[in-house]
Amino acid sequence: MTTALLELGEYVQLRLPEAVLAVRVDGGELTIDVARDAIARVLTFLRDDVNTKFAQLMDVCGVDYPEREERFDVVYHLLSLVNNSRIRVRLTTDEVTPVPTVTGIFASANWWERETWDLFGVYFRDHPDLRRILTDYGFDGHPLRKDFPLTGYVEVRYDDELKRVVYEPVKLSQDFRNFDFMSPWEGAALALPGDEKAERRG
Amino acid sequence: MAETQIKNFTLNFGPQHPAAHGVLRLVLEMDGEVIDRADPHVGLLHRGTEKLIEYKTYVQAVPYFDRLDYVAPQNQEHAFALAVEKLLGITPPLRGQYLRVLYAEIGRVLNHVFTICAFAMDIGAMTPMLWGFEQRERLMEFCERVCGARLHMNYFRPGGVSQDMPDGLAEDIADWAEKFPEFLDDMEALLTENRIFKQRSVDIGAISKEDALNWGFSGPNLRACGVPWDLRKAQPYDVYDRMDFDVPTGKHGDCYDRYLVRLYELRESLKIINQCLRELPPGPVKSDDRKISPPPREEMKSSMEALIHHFKLFTEGYHVPAGETYTVVEAPKGEFGVYLVSDGTNRPYRCKIRPPGFAHLQAMDHLCRGHMLADAVAVLGSLDIVFGEIDR
Repeated sequence: MTTALLELGEYVQLRLPEAVLAVRVDGGELTIDVARDAIARVLTFLRDDVNTKFAQLMDVCGVDYPEREERFDVVYHLLSLVNNSRIRVRLTTDEVTPVPTVTGIFASANWWERETWDLFGVYFRDHPDLRRILTDYGFDGHPLRKDFPLTGYVEVRYDDELKRVVYEPVKLSQDFRNFDFMSPWEGAALALPGDEKAERRG
Repeated sequence: MAETQIKNFTLNFGPQHPAAHGVLRLVLEMDGEVIDRADPHVGLLHRGTEKLIEYKTYVQAVPYFDRLDYVAPQNQEHAFALAVEKLLGITPPLRGQYLRVLYAEIGRVLNHVFTICAFAMDIGAMTPMLWGFEQRERLMEFCERVCGARLHMNYFRPGGVSQDMPDGLAEDIADWAEKFPEFLDDMEALLTENRIFKQRSVDIGAISKEDALNWGFSGPNLRACGVPWDLRKAQPYDVYDRMDFDVPTGKHGDCYDRYLVRLYELRESLKIINQCLRELPPGPVKSDDRKISPPPREEMKSSMEALIHHFKLFTEGYHVPAGETYTVVEAPKGEFGVYLVSDGTNRPYRCKIRPPGFAHLQAMDHLCRGHMLADAVAVLGSLDIVFGEIDR
């Protein structure tokens, strides 16, 4: 299973050498990293090539790594019914660099890309209808970014005097509690005062 | 008579309309009574599940999955449990796997009974709804007896299920399974050859095989187009590879075929339920790795170690090795996927939920264009939409 997947990945790399940056099989799942601007070409190839035949785009989503230079991963999951296999295609981007849309290749990408735009703020170039989808009308910010607080910034309630729903800044009656269970004994990157001395000596 | 120019007008369907199946706001651009363009507005039930899960331990994340597709909660849990198990590298004991398959199929029956009946009611048949809910009630009693909750079960945990079945439950399920086909026959007598039902559903909202693939269809909606694709057969998980069942497919991909596929799937589910009950092996129901699944209550009364394990598991939780997985199950609505990224801590770094209904609803515009307003309701009902999972 793993070797077959690896062969598939290497085949794609062989055919699209400048587009595919890396091929990896991890836990029985094939991942290829691609150049951002080549995504449309890669997905078209994966869909149409007789050896791959990934006819369905099941999912597009973002992952946020704020410490990286290009902080967002955009991940595409494709499924081939003919070969009964899946592939994960991944590219990176940041807040301002647009990603080419793939709505022309897979119709289903439309809403998934809207969702990624809505929740992460990844901009898709040439998307036919890039509106917010899951969040409220007139929402500000991109909630799945790691620097967006879990509680959000505004809350809504029905105001009986104004006879309408009003937006107010979030007021927490109790401080937001976020427990850090990472134990320093298990090698977590936790800077304790004085730790630097040990490293300097060793 | 002078020709008059009729301007298109837009019509707001929902968000508070019983046929909108929850909180769909469908903006329809109408040309007379014909739909020119359908623009579904979703997100009115958005609760930020994915964000919340990032702030919870793996065990605390399970109940959020119940609240996605609340018509068949256990199937969502199944995907998450499998994803975590994959990252942890564990397999639940055999009895646990059988119980999961048994309850996943009960979830499928819960869902399909609801969908068929709600669809029938959307297009004018009242009786199936009343009859179907009686069956759902009986099934939810089985859920209650196994885990204490009728709906939000929190039963499938990474490493198995939360607890074993009580005595007598298997016999009662077998009893029910024996009588259930009678209900199916009754329902079929009401609907399948019903003239009004067929007028409202045959050739309505038809989609071709190619279009269905292009739009990311899965589950019964894809099978209704004639694609024999079922993840329980193609990429079996738990003990589905031992189960003996068929995959019904349709031909035309219209509302009527989607109804028929679900109806036949009910009978196939029943086969699986019966086989599970027949073969249910004895033994433990969850992993005995105490670093992952909690010890039994009685052990905690005497063993200090067990108490510590329990405390650690329900405060800190377990740490999952860094890695990522996209794990799917054949949920009643289609391919339900969980893309889980772990960074080695006790909380998921990212948990993307791939609800099948999202892709199906997306095709509303494609399916409805050129149909009458009343057909939009039929299409919506036949797609099997639940907003808990679409809006997340």
